[in-house]
Formats: sequence, structure tokens, C-alpha cells
Amino acid sequence: MQFLFRYANPHNFMRLSGAVLPFTAIGAALALISGLYFSFSVPPDYQQGTTITILFIHVPAAIMAMVAYSSIAVCSLLSLVWRHPLSDTAARAAAPLGAMFTVMGLITGALWGKPMWGAYWVWDARLTSFLLLLFIYLGYMALWSAIEDEIKAARAAAILALVGAVNIPIIKFSVEWWNTLHQGETITTGKLAAVYVPAFLTMMLAYFLLFLTLWMIRIRTAILERRARNLMQGAAS
Amino acid sequence: MSPYGAFIWPAYGVSALALSAATIWTVVAWRRAKAKLAALEGSKEK
Repeated sequence: MQFLFRYANPHNFMRLSGAVLPFTAIGAALALISGLYFSFSVPPDYQQGTTITILFIHVPAAIMAMVAYSSIAVCSLLSLVWRHPLSDTAARAAAPLGAMFTVMGLITGALWGKPMWGAYWVWDARLTSFLLLLFIYLGYMALWSAIEDEIKAARAAAILALVGAVNIPIIKFSVEWWNTLHQGETITTGKLAAVYVPAFLTMMLAYFLLFLTLWMIRIRTAILERRARNLMQGAAS
Repeated sequence: MSPYGAFIWPAYGVSALALSAATIWTVVAWRRAKAKLAALEGSKEK
């Protein structure tokens, strides 16, 4: 916890993130290039044919959508309980990225569903709970914009984020709790054929590093914007 | 890719578009904030 508080200071965060950013950015680019190469080098699946290549962009996007939301929930908890400096900024900065990964997951999933299930969309538990995640993201971002007082907005958004976090285990376990058209757990149960593992892991790493890079830049941007606002207020008074 | 190319390429296209847009948007916002702060600090020093 002490480590967190040390780097929650904006000055320390700017210093640390400035040092880490080049590595995460270069790492993301390299992983993305390798991941794409691996994705188009795999043999067709015996059941799904070449549509298996959609797995390498669909599953990482869906996982990152949940990782981003979990990050928001953790930051919100830190903000509400420990008044952790920067955590509101970090939570707010992650939301548009998480929403983007959710949209990517929904669109790539629909494009995978059509040839495999014969439908772009079905109202099964996994798809519906994942769509709900998008609405929670949109509600979270709308709440931040709707309340002018930043402290009140942060408090309300943090509460919404924590309530919405209930949806994350529902998404994860929906394929076990209900009968769904969406396939069951493949990745965590080790059911993914070994030949597809390198492509999946590399793309997962690429998405994760890209999220980390963009998240840090967005937090840095928010810190600079706050400094600019303070300067303008100081000049006006 | 045939006969599934009509699904695979749009999926990759949408993903590439979303990731590129997010990257460009984030970097542009960062540069804009940096320039604004530099301008304000510059005017304060004068």
C-alpha cells in the first residue's frame, strides 16, 4: 500500500510513467506485429475453419474490457476508502479505453458468431452481460460529464463503478451458470489447442501493453490539464 | 481465408481502426495538453 501511495503523487507518477512508457509502447508494437504474424500462420481449426483467427482479436479485446473495468473498480475503491490521490483520475482515464475494447469484443464476436452460429447476435447470458458492460461504461462516462463539481462527480462515479463491478463475475461465469450458445471456457481450462496458444498469448500481451501505454498517457494528460486549469484560475484570481 | 474472409477481414479491420483511433486520439490529446501548459507557463514567466 505504501508503494501505491508513493507513486500516487502526480509528480512521482509523471516521473515513473515517463520512464516506463517507451518500453510499454515498443513492447506493444512488437507484440502486435508478432501476434499478427502468428495469427495468420496457424492452421485452420477442424471445426471452425479459418474463423479461428478471429479468436486472437476477439478474446483479448473481451478480456481487456473486463481488465479495464476491474482497474476502474479498484481505483474507485482506493478513492472511496483511502482517498488515494490520482485514483479518480486513473479510473476516469481507463473508461473510454475499456468501452473501446468492449465495442471491439462485441463487433468481432458478432462477426465470429454469424458463420459459426448462423446469427450475429443472440440474447444469451454471455452476450447480454457483455452488452450490459458497455452500458455501464457509457453510464460511468456520462456521470463524470454530467456533474460539474469534480469531487462530487468522482464520488458518484466511484459508487457506480463499484456497483457495476458485480457484472464482471457474471460475464466470466455466465457460460457455467447458464446454458449459453456462446462456447464455454476455453482459455483458462487449457482446452485451446497448443498450436493456437502462441498467437493468442502474443496478441493478449499486445493488447495489455497497448492498454497500459494509452492508460498512462491519458493519466498524464489529465495531470497536465489539471495543472493548466490551476494556472488559469491562479491568473484569473 | 475463403469462405470466411467476409467475416475475418472486417473483424481485423474494425479492430485495427479502433486501436489506431484510440492511439491517435490519446497522443493528440497529450500533445495538446502539453502545448497548452507550456504556453500558460510561458505567459506566466513573462
